Amino acid sequence: MNRASAQAQIHGWLLLLPAAALLALFTHYPALATLWHSFYSSPKGGRPALWVGLDNYRGMVEDPVFWQVLGNNLWFAAGTIPVSIALALLMAVWVNGKIAGRGFLRLAYFTPTVLPMIAVANIWLFFYTPTYGLLEQFTVDLLGLPSHNWLGTKSTVLACLIVVTIWKEAGFFMIFYLAALQAIPPSLGEAAAIEGAGRWYYFRRVTFPLLMPTTLFVLVNAVINSFRLVDHIVVMTRGGPDNASSLLLYYIYDVGFKFWDSAYASTLTMVLLAILGTTALLQFGFLERRIHYR
Amino acid sequence: MSAISLRDVTKLWGNARAVDSVSFEAAAGRFLVLLGPSGCGKSTTLRLIAGLEQLSSGRICIGDADVTGLPPARRRVSMVFQSYALFPHLSVAENIVFGLRVRDVAPRERGERLAKVAALLGLTELLERKPSQLSGGQQQRVALGRAIIAQTPVCLMDEPLSNLDAQLRQEMRREIRALQQKLGITMIYVTHDQTEAMTMADQVVLLRDGHVEQDGTPDELYGRPATVFAARFIGTPPMNVLAGVPGAGEGRLLGVRPEDVRLGVEGLPGTVESVEYLGADSIVSCRVGGQPFNVRVARHASAAPGEAVRLSWNTDAVHLFDAQTGKRMERATALAQKVA
Repeated sequence: MNRASAQAQIHGWLLLLPAAALLALFTHYPALATLWHSFYSSPKGGRPALWVGLDNYRGMVEDPVFWQVLGNNLWFAAGTIPVSIALALLMAVWVNGKIAGRGFLRLAYFTPTVLPMIAVANIWLFFYTPTYGLLEQFTVDLLGLPSHNWLGTKSTVLACLIVVTIWKEAGFFMIFYLAALQAIPPSLGEAAAIEGAGRWYYFRRVTFPLLMPTTLFVLVNAVINSFRLVDHIVVMTRGGPDNASSLLLYYIYDVGFKFWDSAYASTLTMVLLAILGTTALLQFGFLERRIHYR
Repeated sequence: MSAISLRDVTKLWGNARAVDSVSFEAAAGRFLVLLGPSGCGKSTTLRLIAGLEQLSSGRICIGDADVTGLPPARRRVSMVFQSYALFPHLSVAENIVFGLRVRDVAPRERGERLAKVAALLGLTELLERKPSQLSGGQQQRVALGRAIIAQTPVCLMDEPLSNLDAQLRQEMRREIRALQQKLGITMIYVTHDQTEAMTMADQVVLLRDGHVEQDGTPDELYGRPATVFAARFIGTPPMNVLAGVPGAGEGRLLGVRPEDVRLGVEGLPGTVESVEYLGADSIVSCRVGGQPFNVRVARHASAAPGEAVRLSWNTDAVHLFDAQTGKRMERATALAQKVA
């Protein structure tokens, strides 16, 4: 290697260094440290952490709350991801068309994303309030249905959170779809129109396949989001009633910072990382091969 | 039969008249070129024929049918776009048969037609490729294939060669013309390139600011330009149009093509400004009474910049135009006026 190219190498590494250092410090090292901690017991005053091997994992498998929370989270993911993506796509196609007040509509759909999570959660908390909340004003006063404690009942609380999340995410994903839609040249639509393709046919054969890179990106984000939601839960339910609305990350928070069982929290975190890692691999591995990138 | 006719077709964008009561007709099997500078309304006119834009007033007929209000798909036209508009995620084969699939043509017939078109355009080896893996000329052929597999009597082309290099453009010009004649399609072809118009067209409709400046054969447009604009738009270098020279007369402009001018010892005095050598001929740029004037000379021109020359031409090479309206004046009427 001659001097010039050695210098170029050094330059390159120096440019990468700040980002790499931050990543290592706040992402890679904590992940490895967490893995390490999950093989130890929690240190308590005067009692240092002891090597316990897989004991924490054994405890986790026997923990009914863990299974309940994991189940909740899967339902939550299944409820939010497809609906919010479908809704985002639908809204994007709609506001991409030539309609009056298009700019206003785009803004309106994006508003949930701009609002702070805590504020959003409080607004929805009011919507769900029994007897005088917005929802009850409709179901009880207008339809004459019996009053119902939406967030206080095990059977409805998770569905309520799912609705809030969809409302919050669909607008955000819409922006990505909208950008992708606008990158599709209008002449493709015109060529299809001359060939006699209807709107649905064109969407199915041209628009949707061309949006696949965006769909993958949005899907990865949606999966990650569905496993890292905490703020809504903190404000609206605190995981209750009876853990019916507790999701994995919220349970980790509970275990780690309320029960101070840091070893078990580390163990649960490893499960979360494994889930996210596997889905990301599956998504990129499977879908990528079938996606056309322009 | 299956002529296209436009009658008083007008398209307004707000208050601007993009297409201003344009009328013309193309007989079946003809190659009609819509020619004009950018912004003259030629592409809009084509899109009106295709049904991609709605006209503000007027009528468009294709064959015996009035298609003015019909959607694009029911006009029985195919179209090649300037950008080709190929579907980037579909293979060449799927791009070509896209319309056949829409219309539910049976797989067997689809395959046969695809094979025929692919062979015709030399695409047989490329059918499995994606458009991004093709060269510009090959993409152009795919777009052509998608247009001709539909077997519509009318094909519309919007500056299809503008994205190709000069060499390829010449090749494709010949190829498109041959294809059109072989298949007997009525072609409406939009271009701003007068060479394309001259070499390919049976009929040229020259547009300017949304209206028809002249409608005729390439020969008529070159030999008897209807206006000063037509005279100067067609031909490189353009026709010399001079005011206030002997032979023109009051209120008239005199036009003479560079190749009709002789450099010699008699005639109009001028000064040579520059000489461009093109191989087969040279263009001598002169100034005559402050006005630019080009002369085409065979092979090398002997003139040098700064040299004083005299320019002459035969009287039958002269075109006369009204200085006010820019309209052509026949020599007979011009002479009659002179006598009167």
